[in-house]
Amino acid sequence: MSRLVTNPRHGELRNLLSIADLGPDVAAGIGEVMTLTDSFVEVSERTIPKVPALRGRTVVSLFFEDSTRTRLSFETAAKRLSADTMNFSVSTSSVKKGESLRDTIETIEAMGVDAIVVRHSSAGVPLQIARWAQSAVINAGDGWHEHPTQALLDCYTIRQRFGDLAGRRIAIVGDIRHSRVARSDVAAFTALGAEVTLVAPPTLLPPSLEGWPVKVSHDLDEMLPELDVCYLLRMQRERMTEALIPSLREYVARYGLDAARADRLPEHALIMHPGPMNRGVEINAEVADRPNTVIIDQVRNGVAVRMAVLFLLLGSGTGWGGEVEG
Amino acid sequence: MSDARARKDDVSESAGWIIVGGTVIDRTGERRADVAIEPGGTVAAVGADLDLAALGLADATRLDATGCIVAPGLVDIHTHLREPGREEAETVETGSRAAALGGYTAVVAMPNTEPTIDSVAIVRQVLDAGVAAGLCDVRSSAAITMDRAGTTLTPMAELADLGVRIFTDDGCGVQDDRLMRRALEYASGLTVPVVLAQHCEVEALSEGGHMHEGEWSSRLGIPGIPAEAEELMVFRDIALSRLTGMRVHFQHLSTAGAVALVREAKAKGLPVTAEATPHHFTLTHAEVASYDPVFKVNPPLRTAEDVAAVKAGLADGTIDAIATDHAPHTADVKEAPFDIAPCGMLGLETALALGITELVEPGVLTMRELLALMSWNPAAIAGIADVHGRDIAPGAPAHLVVFDPAAEWTVDPSQFASKSDNTPYRGRVVRGKVRHTLLCGVPMVHDGKATR
Repeated sequence: MSRLVTNPRHGELRNLLSIADLGPDVAAGIGEVMTLTDSFVEVSERTIPKVPALRGRTVVSLFFEDSTRTRLSFETAAKRLSADTMNFSVSTSSVKKGESLRDTIETIEAMGVDAIVVRHSSAGVPLQIARWAQSAVINAGDGWHEHPTQALLDCYTIRQRFGDLAGRRIAIVGDIRHSRVARSDVAAFTALGAEVTLVAPPTLLPPSLEGWPVKVSHDLDEMLPELDVCYLLRMQRERMTEALIPSLREYVARYGLDAARADRLPEHALIMHPGPMNRGVEINAEVADRPNTVIIDQVRNGVAVRMAVLFLLLGSGTGWGGEVEG
Repeated sequence: MSDARARKDDVSESAGWIIVGGTVIDRTGERRADVAIEPGGTVAAVGADLDLAALGLADATRLDATGCIVAPGLVDIHTHLREPGREEAETVETGSRAAALGGYTAVVAMPNTEPTIDSVAIVRQVLDAGVAAGLCDVRSSAAITMDRAGTTLTPMAELADLGVRIFTDDGCGVQDDRLMRRALEYASGLTVPVVLAQHCEVEALSEGGHMHEGEWSSRLGIPGIPAEAEELMVFRDIALSRLTGMRVHFQHLSTAGAVALVREAKAKGLPVTAEATPHHFTLTHAEVASYDPVFKVNPPLRTAEDVAAVKAGLADGTIDAIATDHAPHTADVKEAPFDIAPCGMLGLETALALGITELVEPGVLTMRELLALMSWNPAAIAGIADVHGRDIAPGAPAHLVVFDPAAEWTVDPSQFASKSDNTPYRGRVVRGKVRHTLLCGVPMVHDGKATR
């Protein structure tokens, strides 16, 4: 049986700045992305993994902060949909020197683009850009705020293994305070019915968790036997100089996922990480290569999820001509 | 000073003025009365059915005040005029015009200009520009420390001789405890009474922060500034006021804890005063959810509980004055990412309307209490109560504001006299509109329009 892939949100979803943009029913919005992603995973497995869905459309990646992985993932996704891609790399320092964000956006739009994929070290920049831009704006990570496509690919990866997220126990471990991944993941995982616990020393938690539908623990060991997913965040070395932790050694001793801790996870439990990993810090080198460690699946799914997001924002409501097995 | 301001032009070549049909409110109370003003700029008579001929004002021009309140001109003790150094955002002239349109007859310019107001030359420059503009009585504050760097004191005696009555490092607080103590002790020996005004912020706690630390900063991923950064310095300066016996004025109180500390200090009889801004009694940190830097200000917008505490402080006399912290910035710098954009919002042209809309109409304050907070109280803090905020009576200088408390209008920065348009109230419907502002008996604003 085959069916035509169409854009269920044609003309409706203008930007993807945060997980909440998929609302008002966030779970249904994520569900649409997941369904589309299924189709694009199938496309990605073809000999020629390319469909004409966004032919003639132009997607520009505007990265004010270095990120080879996310940029490559978006560009691959756009190319597999036959969109033209442009790459506009700007260093944050030139903006600090007085280059106006708005001028940059107006310059890019004058070239004729349909979507702008933005990464910036300052929270809120994609939202500011969306106020000025005519094209669709996709947040590829803004400061400590959100990274919605990462959360969507995380949901997809968990769903691939477990069918759904409802009732699943997920621990997000590490530097939650400075993590845009954590903010998007909490929004997405809880919208899909998962029970999320943030595991970190108090200094690495946000100052207030008012309104966050999560539990908090400072004890990873007590959590381990009950987890379905252990999601580790990257620990940055500069957190020590800010006196947020005494030393990397002490952090690893209490919150690092070493072999002994990994052994105490239930057999089915997944180990996830948004990358890039610090082997030997938040995750032990051997644990990183275990069968239930799905970090590579996350990267692979990232392309299909971003194809789904680009198609939701730019695709037509009448299908893209290519049929998929369904 | 007033002679220098009464420049001859269309409006000042008059045989006096009579403000007709309004309700006069000043410190002494409220009454229906007309106000007759001599050509020389002083109040000639106040009352119903004035005999203008007997006053020698038979040819006086009528200023209509029907439905209006006639009050002593407003006084802003916290205005950033940006001159010298940031003239693209505001000048003494444009800021004075904005002040007049907002009902102000006096403003105190803050010293965080480029260069800093820390020398006789720069104080003179600001005062001269004020006289040249002739729209408002522009007074100058001066920094407590040279270049506001927090290391050495400014020549306070010399600056006080030029008329400086408020010393402040506004934009930052004096971090060094010992230096602040010395500044207070030194100031207590000057031949004229001055006040040291503090921007309360302990930088070790606030550094790197861009909004109030709490629910919204956590959600938005913006580094926060805890309320305690303000409260610790309020606490310290209350202690230093006790130690030195010197007056301390607290600028832009924004937290419930800071209001409580000042209330307690006053109850113990310490010589402290405090101000609050319209934005700290009107807006909360939830506004930052838009990531629009027009809501970025220092101290930051706080919680609804803090807003309630500021209002309570205004109502019970803990807070003595409403000050605008008018802080113009050009559009291009305010279009930067939130954590890079500078702090500050406009205030002069909306303060009175916000006071009426947010405080008088909901019953937090009476109109006379609001006017106390915006006119005679700040005049006293600034040491200019001999000229501004005076009771409207024969012989007093005619620095007056006439406003319609019921007039409804929509905030539209394109209509502002300020050079900048960084108001957080764009599109907001408010009540209370200035009809006339008189400086030395001369209308600077006539029927809602600046006369020069």
